[in-house]
Amino acid sequence: MRLQASGVRLGYGDRIIVDGLDLGIEAGTVTTIIGPNGCGKSTLLRALGRLLKPAGGEVLLDGKRIDRIPTREVAKILGVLPQAPVAPEGLTVADLVARGRHPHQTWYRQWSSDDESAVSEALSMTGLLDLADRPLDELSGGQRQRAWISMALAQGTELLLLDEPTTFLDLAHQVEVLELVRRLHAEAGRTIVMVLHDLNLAARYADRLVAMRAGRVVAAGTPHEVLTEALLRDVFDLDAKIISDPVAGTPLVVPIGIRPSP
Amino acid sequence: MSTPAASGRVRAGTRAVRLASASWRLHPRAVAVTITGLVLLALLMALNMRIGDIQLSLADVLAAITGEGPTHFVVMELRLPRALTGALVGAALGLSGAITQAIARNPLASPDVLGVTTGASVTVVAVLVANGAMYGGASGALAGLGVPATALLGGLAGALIVYAFAWRRGLDGYRLVLVGIGVTAVFTNVKYWLLTVGDVEDAGKAMTWISGSLNGRGWEHVTPVALALAVLVPATLFGTRSLGALRFGDDTVTGLGVRMNLARALMLLAAVLLAAVATAAAGPIAFVALAAPQIALRLAGTSHPPLLVSAVAGAVLANAADLVARTLFAPVELPVGVVTAVLGAPYLVYLLIRVRREARS
Amino acid sequence: MSTTAYAPPGRLPGGVPAIRRRRVLVLLTLVAALAVAALLSLTLGTKPVPLGDTWHALTGPTGTENDLIIRSLRVPRTALGVLAGIALGVAGALMQGHTRNPLADPGLLGVTQGAAFFMVIGIVAFGVTDLYAYIWFGLAGALVASVGVFALGMAGGRGGPTPVTLALAGTAVSAFLYALTSAVVLLDQQAMDVFRFWQVGAIAGRGTAIVWQVLPFVAAGLLLALINAPGLNALSLGEDVARALGRHITLTRVVGVAAVTLLTGAAVAACGAIAFVGLIVPHLVRPLSGPDQRWLLPYAGLLGAALLLFADVIGRLVAPPGELEVGVVLALIGAPFFVALVRRRKPVRL
Repeated sequence: MRLQASGVRLGYGDRIIVDGLDLGIEAGTVTTIIGPNGCGKSTLLRALGRLLKPAGGEVLLDGKRIDRIPTREVAKILGVLPQAPVAPEGLTVADLVARGRHPHQTWYRQWSSDDESAVSEALSMTGLLDLADRPLDELSGGQRQRAWISMALAQGTELLLLDEPTTFLDLAHQVEVLELVRRLHAEAGRTIVMVLHDLNLAARYADRLVAMRAGRVVAAGTPHEVLTEALLRDVFDLDAKIISDPVAGTPLVVPIGIRPSP
Repeated sequence: MSTPAASGRVRAGTRAVRLASASWRLHPRAVAVTITGLVLLALLMALNMRIGDIQLSLADVLAAITGEGPTHFVVMELRLPRALTGALVGAALGLSGAITQAIARNPLASPDVLGVTTGASVTVVAVLVANGAMYGGASGALAGLGVPATALLGGLAGALIVYAFAWRRGLDGYRLVLVGIGVTAVFTNVKYWLLTVGDVEDAGKAMTWISGSLNGRGWEHVTPVALALAVLVPATLFGTRSLGALRFGDDTVTGLGVRMNLARALMLLAAVLLAAVATAAAGPIAFVALAAPQIALRLAGTSHPPLLVSAVAGAVLANAADLVARTLFAPVELPVGVVTAVLGAPYLVYLLIRVRREARS
Repeated sequence: MSTTAYAPPGRLPGGVPAIRRRRVLVLLTLVAALAVAALLSLTLGTKPVPLGDTWHALTGPTGTENDLIIRSLRVPRTALGVLAGIALGVAGALMQGHTRNPLADPGLLGVTQGAAFFMVIGIVAFGVTDLYAYIWFGLAGALVASVGVFALGMAGGRGGPTPVTLALAGTAVSAFLYALTSAVVLLDQQAMDVFRFWQVGAIAGRGTAIVWQVLPFVAAGLLLALINAPGLNALSLGEDVARALGRHITLTRVVGVAAVTLLTGAAVAACGAIAFVGLIVPHLVRPLSGPDQRWLLPYAGLLGAALLLFADVIGRLVAPPGELEVGVVLALIGAPFFVALVRRRKPVRL
């Protein structure tokens, strides 16, 4: 178990969103967290990435409490891409991606050849090499999103936590990002946890789905196990038909309508 | 959820008030804070009116206001106008600060950034120092008549300069603030320099004025501020809705259907007039315009400075400060502007800490 | 098909070396500007000294009148200008970076007003009349004020202070201290007389001893600023990303605040309230440096020093036989330049 949350209690101020949640992430898997808006997906992801300190319980990285490991050491193992990050105006794509090398740098070693190759590799994987010199604020929403993903890639971590990496992207670019995730997993053996809204893409690209509602894990397992008509009713209040994806053979959700909540 | 204790801690809770086809949203907590503030203001004004060459009791003060007591003249002609000037000037500054902070989208902005107060300061210091150096005692006579008019002109001129330089195919809040910093810096440094040019005594007089003082303020000071508030308070409240929209980014503002530049320009004009009139009456009283909106925001638990609460907070702050300024080193009287920061700053810091602690527990 | 998407590791395409070359060029230009300013500051004044005599005074003085002017007046004055300018420029850039607020000047943490209050207290309560002693009071005041502001900004919250609470606490403490200073000054005419001259800001007549006195503080501050730059870069992407990149947020803030305090405290204690330089210089260099603090900080320091010296030289020449204090000149030439720049291009947001 690379990353594990046990009995975590999470919230902001006195508003508790997640209470007593357990979740384990195994090495070399792609795990996708699904669930309705406000169910605590992003909160959980922030806690797994030590961006949010649990009010109770603990998060373990390779068996050690994540808050006891120096944050820079964590940053060499685990990369996080938060939802809607901000960048200073005028920052170029190359600059942004280069910032991902931060945990590997010291004041006397600011730009090694490792840094250089990691950045250009990250840029080429997201197809941004040609845009490297453009200021971030001149890019389209999709390009900007890919630039942020490149930054997380340049960090060169075995674990990657991505909070809605496909927001702002058209379908083709969504597929492109998820293909990239699959490649990172298949070729570099990375462990990936992400939050996604599109259930069909989640089913296709994840080894493991975790369905959440109101701060609790309702179901966890392979897409076939988790994505059932009954679960969609329970978690999303959605009446839907599950058919087999004619391309990948994974479950495909065809919505019928919203169930009036009881 | 519905227990009184719980509902009291709900932030930014609003309640709808409907009358026939009209409807408003009210913050119950903001209303409570306003009412408490007004009561506190009345009490502070009464306490202020006790002080003077003849010390009065609270009962004497009340009797003098309602009836014909022997102290009627002293209270009505000397002490009430002073307390009223304090209240009105404080209210005007608080309101002006709330508008400025909303337009600049910056909690550090105040009418100082708009060039009003610094413009007034530098003009008045120039007049005081120049006259003092040339004609000896002339500055004393000038202080009675010419200073308010000078200050008003200087303040408006300062604002005009900032405004003219900041306008470029529209009014961007960020550019306004940056231009304001530049122009204000010139005024402030010239003011400092002028203070070194004259002799120490004139510099001292000028220091007193630029600190802001309520000493010797009469009905002639009350009237202009009261008139300005009577016109501008309804006008700004009318603009509250667009002010709420102006807090967002430019794209959102336009998307919400607000005529951005017009709304900004009008609200800014109101802020400038309020600050200019207040400064003309009492000098540039420091810190009220910056602190009152921030105090109001934290007391009312709203997401942005509420206009009316800011005005009440400003009035209370000014009167409380004047009370301290007159009693602390009595019979020597400090300018009120020295004390506003001494009182307001710790209170603002206390609120900052309390709000953070609440958010944490 | 997937492997073809990998580019061979190596140099980044096109522009990056070009950008670096441009950055180095700007750096050299700024160094040259500072050198010119320093030369002007040594030679020009109420009594102009020819270049040859200046060289003579610097390399092998023989006690001529010009030797005396250069060595005892102009050299310390120029050195102090360079130190204060670098300190305030760098401190301003740090302050704006940490607060993400264009209104943040190096005095925001109460440093300037802390220095002023302690100096005034030194005059009134301890009867200090010696300028050297003022400086110790000023430095102590700067330190006490900024530690107080930081503690207040931390109080009650979990983790480090947010930029907004830090800025508000700083403004509140500054206003508080300024009010106390005004009260003292209004009640004591002697203090008023010293204070009004300190308030304008000047680098004239400070002597070599003062330069040596502030040098260690400025040096320590610059070292901390250097250490702080990468952390500030990470913080500019937001606290979440900075933490994800392995940054200790509170530590980064503490180092930044310590640097600002040392730099600004030393500068204002020696030269008076001229923190304004630190406010405008970062805005002037940001379009050249981009958002990378490792370039922004040195640019701001160099331009701050050059600007301060140019302003000082102009102040010596405009009102003969007297001089205009550098604080006034800075505002008079710096501010219009600043306004013009703000108007010409879209201001770069933080």
